[in-house]
Amino acid sequence: MIIGIDVGGTHTDAVLLDRFKIKKTAKVITNQENLIKSLMEATEAIFDGEDPGELEKVVLSTTISTNAIVQGKTDRVGMILAAGPGLSPEMLRINEDTHFTSGYVNHRGIRVAGTNRGEVSGIEDTFKKEGINHVGIVGKFSTRNPGLETEIADIIDNSFRHISFGHRMSGNLNFPRRIATTYLNAAIWDTYNAFVKNVMEYVGRTNTTAPIYILKADGGTTGISQSAGYPGGSILSGPAASIMGILSLTNDSKDAVALDIGGTTTDIAIFAGGTPLLEPLGVTIEGHKTLIRGLLTKSIGIGGDSRVRYEDGRLVIGPERDGPAAAFGGPSPTPTDAMIALGLTDIGDRGKALKAVEEIAGVKNCSIEEMAKEMFDLVCRKITSAVNEMLLEINNKPVYTVHEIFEGKKIKPEVVYIVGGPARPMAPYIDKMLGFPSCIPEHAEVANAIGAALARTTTELTLLADTEKGEMTIAEEGIQVRIPDGFTREDAISVCEDKLRERALRMGAREDDLDIEVIEDQVFNMIRGMGYSTGKNIRIKAQVKPGLIAGFRKEASNVRQ
Amino acid sequence: MSDSKRKTGLIFFPAFDWAISPTHPEREERLLYTQDQVFEEGLLDLDNIVEFKPGLATTQDINRVHICVPDAPSVITQSHLISAGGAITAAEKVMQKEVDNAFAIVRPPGHHAMRVVHGARGFCNINIEAIMVEYIRHKYGPKKIAIVDTDCHHGDGSQDIFWHDPNTLYISVHQDGRTIFPGSGFPDEFGGPNALGYTINMPFPTNTSDEGFLFTLDNLILPILDEFKPDLIINSAGQDNHYGDPITDMSCSAQGYAILNDRLSPDIAVLEGGYSIESALPYTNVGIILAMAGIDYSHVTEPDYNPEAIRQTPRITQQIEQQVSYIYNLWKNRESQRAELIKGGEYLRRDKGIFYDTDGISEHQEETVRICNECGGLITIRSKASTGNNIFAVVIPGQSCPTCREKGEKIFKSTAEGSYNYIYFQDRDRDIFLVK
Ligand SMILES: [Zn+2]
Ligand SMILES: [Zn+2]
Repeated sequence: MIIGIDVGGTHTDAVLLDRFKIKKTAKVITNQENLIKSLMEATEAIFDGEDPGELEKVVLSTTISTNAIVQGKTDRVGMILAAGPGLSPEMLRINEDTHFTSGYVNHRGIRVAGTNRGEVSGIEDTFKKEGINHVGIVGKFSTRNPGLETEIADIIDNSFRHISFGHRMSGNLNFPRRIATTYLNAAIWDTYNAFVKNVMEYVGRTNTTAPIYILKADGGTTGISQSAGYPGGSILSGPAASIMGILSLTNDSKDAVALDIGGTTTDIAIFAGGTPLLEPLGVTIEGHKTLIRGLLTKSIGIGGDSRVRYEDGRLVIGPERDGPAAAFGGPSPTPTDAMIALGLTDIGDRGKALKAVEEIAGVKNCSIEEMAKEMFDLVCRKITSAVNEMLLEINNKPVYTVHEIFEGKKIKPEVVYIVGGPARPMAPYIDKMLGFPSCIPEHAEVANAIGAALARTTTELTLLADTEKGEMTIAEEGIQVRIPDGFTREDAISVCEDKLRERALRMGAREDDLDIEVIEDQVFNMIRGMGYSTGKNIRIKAQVKPGLIAGFRKEASNVRQ
Repeated sequence: MSDSKRKTGLIFFPAFDWAISPTHPEREERLLYTQDQVFEEGLLDLDNIVEFKPGLATTQDINRVHICVPDAPSVITQSHLISAGGAITAAEKVMQKEVDNAFAIVRPPGHHAMRVVHGARGFCNINIEAIMVEYIRHKYGPKKIAIVDTDCHHGDGSQDIFWHDPNTLYISVHQDGRTIFPGSGFPDEFGGPNALGYTINMPFPTNTSDEGFLFTLDNLILPILDEFKPDLIINSAGQDNHYGDPITDMSCSAQGYAILNDRLSPDIAVLEGGYSIESALPYTNVGIILAMAGIDYSHVTEPDYNPEAIRQTPRITQQIEQQVSYIYNLWKNRESQRAELIKGGEYLRRDKGIFYDTDGISEHQEETVRICNECGGLITIRSKASTGNNIFAVVIPGQSCPTCREKGEKIFKSTAEGSYNYIYFQDRDRDIFLVK
């Protein structure tokens, strides 16, 4: 049996799966002040009376880190940046505790300038005077050579509670994002680690030995104790839970669009051959662009409860929500009221819905039905044009080889999956506008919890081998080792895959779920002087891609036969 | 620097799977470290910098500019369609006002490609700026366009294509042709009889540094641009004047390139050469991008930057000052010189020997232009190449006068098939390209 729990902003959903079939579900109100309490309530609601010995694992998707960032309940972080030349330091400063130090690594990972002990010690003293306990150390190109960051850490003594290193966050290039990611990771460190401790204490009081997993923004899981080292990974797991849920409820391998139409917003995600697309570099939270791996989602401020008004001679929808739909006692007319007025759904108080729509119809001087139609049409159109825009953006993503320009794969959705309150009334209109069929998955009300329960462990690694330097770096793992002259692309791929496998297993992956894929594979001849080849520059990135655990996929395919 | 932010479009196409040959300067690795630097600096995350995927140029876009022998598909690769397409995308984004300016960091380059193309020369097959310029005119109507070519090599291809066009001001600054490929670009190369003064060449002594370039910009290029009043300024932004470039002998830095771009303030910049791929290009490109976007570039320096070590000598400074004032006077007196050049003649012919160093082809060309006060003048070309191809071409210029068009049409019609391997007819205004 597997438990999946999604702690959302308002509700906490839980699902108990027995042999991949839903056995029980529960929904409790989330207690924002005490998330552990919500977790306990939800768990007890589905697991009381069950045999703890049968429990294989528990997967949590929690808002703890997201909330800490959104609500500004973060710790002060002393940031030490080795920026070298480039953008102005003023553009890199992330908080008032940002300090710059000498030392610079170039694009090839060659150290151009070393650190300055006195400088670093001075910064350390400032942090101590200020009572700062958390430190972030980030160097430009530190993914190409982590040495400078660790050297800075060696200069400051270890009396700080925690040090986050830029090179551990991601193998991707992007110094400002590396700074933001490292900062956030350190800023939520205490909050997240306290949460992990509480969960473990609670688990200790129960009779289970089942491992606990945390859902990450990339739709994959990681063991809870391993997640404590990288709190950043746990932000924005909510949208990921929903996308993985839709994937598990539909379980096919088509190009597809997923829509989650909520009260205030509609979230759009895209599947390429049954795998959800990832953000190219990382997720954005509270204006911070990060290197945190995350599923690609686009959120628009349109939902069932969006406020609708007539303004400057035209209908305007959202992005704000004044409350529930008028049919449920809300103050303003909403798309939900329009759907009720049109008879597309029979929820709520039809009288109130009609009255609310009539209000705007009066302003425009048209019939209630005409206005309801116009409102409904506009909502559907806004959503579908956002979908088309997103597809266009994905299919027009810049590529850097002739081959990709001419042969690059395009996403051509065959189906749109729709979940959320207004899914049923809107589906027939949305699919017509998009030009491909829609599908409303069953059990969509607990999709998030199911998504968490069935997600596999994911991770990625980036390897850079430079045979001229005779060195190979895998920054996320802190690996920087010598390689022989004859080191080849094949060697690099095999090392990268091995290290990725080790990393995934350490994070709690099961052998069956190690669906490893090389996602970047480039080799460049390095030519210097007059046409003289001095070595090879090899770049490999591999991942365990987001997807569902192996047992479920097997089960599902059996069912289908 | 100016501190007003501008919205800048970036078209980045490093062609990681294309090379002239595995060890050639134009190889896969050329923009690798530039991409690393642009990515690591996070430039694409900045609000006012947007990246666009390059479109593809069409055969029609090429035929508007070139006479490719035997035809366009035979002298290009897919990569050329992308680099020319990238330049066109940059122009489109600017013309459609999606951005304030745009920079196409694309390869392969194009400024050594002349009007008639028998093969590749100076790493170039087709002239991507020229294709972009004529695309703009084709789609958006007649425009006065200035091209400022800051590549270290004389842009002899661009010069050849715009030689007779009074609506295109082509200014090239470059290392003195006596010391470097292609050996041309002297001040007396000044434009054809109908466009005298609209080709400007400023050769620099070797080891000229930022100072010399900026002096020339302030005292020659900007004053001429002020008088020409172009609708668009294009920078052929070659980066091989860098002190680290392995195939040139100049002393410019990333700071110099950024300041130059900032002051010139081009609407569109297109990368040309630049072969110090590891120690120069990452920094010069970042500097130019920031300058175009109006973002502080003062911290963009090469790791080994030492302004004292690369400073030009007072003798070089003096030579440049004299040269600049000489050329500015030429420009000022262009009208009187024209009268002297045409001396009441009806046609003017120039004979050219052209060597295609990249492909090892030699060509002999006779180009005749009709002296015309109404337009750029009808052009006819006879060209014979070592490939065995012997061709004749009739070129009706853009914004042509009725007489030049009529005469051109008549010549094309009356030239007998069989007297050449191919006979071409190119009419820019009507976007017609015929071969017989
Ligand atoms: Zn050049
Ligand atoms: Zn004429």
